[in-house]
Amino acid sequence: MSINMNPAMNRRSLIAGVAGLGAAGILAGCSNGGSSDGGSAASSDGAAFKLGTIGPLTGDTATYGVSVTNGVEMGAEDFSTKDFPLTVKKEDSQGKPETAVNAYGTLRDWGMQALVGPTLTGTSVSVAEKCQSDRVFMIAPVATAADVTADKDCVFRGCFTDPNQGKNAAKWLAKNKPDAKIAIIYQSDDAYSQGICTAFTEEAKADKLNLVKPDLAFKTDTATDFKVQLGQAQDAGADLVFCPLYYTPASVILKQASDMGYKFTMMGCDGMDGLLSIKGFDTSLAEGVLMTTAFSADDPANAEFVKAYKDKYGDTPDQFAATAYDCVHAVAEACKKAGLSLDTAAEDACDQLVKAFTEITVDGLTGSLTWTSDGEVSKEAKVFEIQGGKYVAV
Amino acid sequence: MGFLKDKVTRRDFITYAGVIVAFVIVQLLVNTHVIPYSLRGQLVPVTCYIVMAISLNLVVGVAGDLSLGHAGFMSVGSFTGIVTAMSLASAIPSPVVRLVLAMIVGAVFAALAGFLIGLPVLRLRGDYLAIVSLAFGEIIKDLVNCLIVGADSHGLHVIFDMAGTKTINDLNLAEGGVAIIKGAQGASGTTTISTFAAGFVLIMIALVIVLNLVRSRTGRAIMAVRDNKIAAESVGLSTTKYRMIAFVVSAAIAGAAGALYGNNFSQMSASQFDFNTSILVLVFVVLGGLGNMRGSIIAAALLTILPEALRQFSDYRMLVYAIVLILVMLFTNNPQLKALIQRLNPRFRKEAAADGE
Repeated sequence: MSINMNPAMNRRSLIAGVAGLGAAGILAGCSNGGSSDGGSAASSDGAAFKLGTIGPLTGDTATYGVSVTNGVEMGAEDFSTKDFPLTVKKEDSQGKPETAVNAYGTLRDWGMQALVGPTLTGTSVSVAEKCQSDRVFMIAPVATAADVTADKDCVFRGCFTDPNQGKNAAKWLAKNKPDAKIAIIYQSDDAYSQGICTAFTEEAKADKLNLVKPDLAFKTDTATDFKVQLGQAQDAGADLVFCPLYYTPASVILKQASDMGYKFTMMGCDGMDGLLSIKGFDTSLAEGVLMTTAFSADDPANAEFVKAYKDKYGDTPDQFAATAYDCVHAVAEACKKAGLSLDTAAEDACDQLVKAFTEITVDGLTGSLTWTSDGEVSKEAKVFEIQGGKYVAV
Repeated sequence: MGFLKDKVTRRDFITYAGVIVAFVIVQLLVNTHVIPYSLRGQLVPVTCYIVMAISLNLVVGVAGDLSLGHAGFMSVGSFTGIVTAMSLASAIPSPVVRLVLAMIVGAVFAALAGFLIGLPVLRLRGDYLAIVSLAFGEIIKDLVNCLIVGADSHGLHVIFDMAGTKTINDLNLAEGGVAIIKGAQGASGTTTISTFAAGFVLIMIALVIVLNLVRSRTGRAIMAVRDNKIAAESVGLSTTKYRMIAFVVSAAIAGAAGALYGNNFSQMSASQFDFNTSILVLVFVVLGGLGNMRGSIIAAALLTILPEALRQFSDYRMLVYAIVLILVMLFTNNPQLKALIQRLNPRFRKEAAADGE
């Protein structure tokens, strides 16, 4: 006879628990809309330069990973030439550093010669370390933290760092809206938001901007209610609120401010790109929002890319896809410049690409891009305003 | 070799031998480049998860307390281990010595956390214990999120940034100082020093500790408390004391595993040690068999590699993983299958009869 003294330990509840876990896994697996498996842009006879890309294709952050990997896939199609075809394999990181390193291993086994990825900052730092020790060329399209490229000679970046974005935003305000009364709402447990906020505050103080309420912090758990922060900003008389946030919390802020009848100009950074494509969000609330981002889908110069992307994936491309596309463009240019052959080993390709990357100029979707030897991109900082549901450069 | 005549001792030594043989074979395969690159990168995480499974099995299987916050102890061990290894980088050049120190410090801090959390948690049983341990796991996650730590020639600088308004600049590090934990971003830019051999040694140490504890007088007392609390109390056993011993030892082992894990990746944030990680380790334990260390080792190794081995299923890989888990659970509990195994192997019949189900 055995008496089970511990009610939580009976077999049925454990099995139920595991089954629940399985159900969660199923949901995670289905959260990714219509992305296909690792696409190949080149001829199938195998002779092509192999580009790897990594992003969260499942899980909470899948929207960014799908954008980046789609951008890479399109880039590989468009910049393949007859003599130098490119082929792409994309692997899922689930947004976790550990899984990203595993994905990198899978790509190495496939024979990857250069990496355009990963997507998120955390995964990029862990993979960059592997690339550096294995001598594999890597360009992170949209990872913004300084640690991604720090002390690594074969890791490049396709976007501005967090500090640069904050600085650019403050400089633009000093030039164009020097009298604005500024409040800042930021997410204190998010590295992206915190990084931009710090740099913005420093530059704003140096430029003598009027910061009336610079410390309205919130955390992930309270990202659904901003009435307290908005009330404080209103009491302080702020007419411009700087929000270094992703687009989801930004949309909540706009909605609640409009319910409160508080009118102000919102300014954000590249994470805000995507605000207009949120389902169920009244885009008229976004009128007048300012953002520093590198890409506008409404720019006639990008119309061809936008149309091709829409036809292929059924979605308007955001700056994540455009930057990834530009990074593939740059890799293709650098390969041409270095005169690489298709069967160059990854280690040799790395040394030659690193050298070639500082010499190329790419005329891409996000501006004219050049790279310095510490891996950072230099391009023009653009500010857009949403007018009539479109991005207008200001 | 007289001691090998004892059935229980022989079983333990077979477990040790199995782990050693597996290590030698895998190490040989790595040296001869037989196993692919992707699998080589997973060796250290696999050893970490094996140690985690052994550690949780001590609490769930042997002591019978369903703890859902075990990732919290891994987190404590991980971050204290990273700080130890990084801050001693200039003082102790040898990575092996630093890794050992990191694991010891990680184990000590996790044991301390285990003791403090054990004080309130072990007053509860069953579902209540599960819920409260879950909450403590989340609390650890939030606390680590507030940490900003750096080291320079003057020593360690620690800021506890509750309001989220401070950054690494507030540490005022001297020239040549390094920021180790950067608040929400976690520990980033860590030098990776963990090795597969270190992982193997840690598994062996964890096994020796846990198996010897289980076979000792203390271990029998722990199991007596699990099986019938009232009977155990009536013969004078202190239930809280014995459950606390199991809980703290388990936390210490989890801390050492965390230190090994943390020093294997150059990016580690507190949010990685969430509820899902605790459940993942619990799945290893349940699938391997409660109280069965050998089963925990095999389940942890297989289930860590499985999702990566399923990459050819692309988007459906986590779906397939979940289905495999459910099928394994159903089949291992299938009475017909159990009867078949018993018919094939008479030894199992005896053991099953001894179980008295």
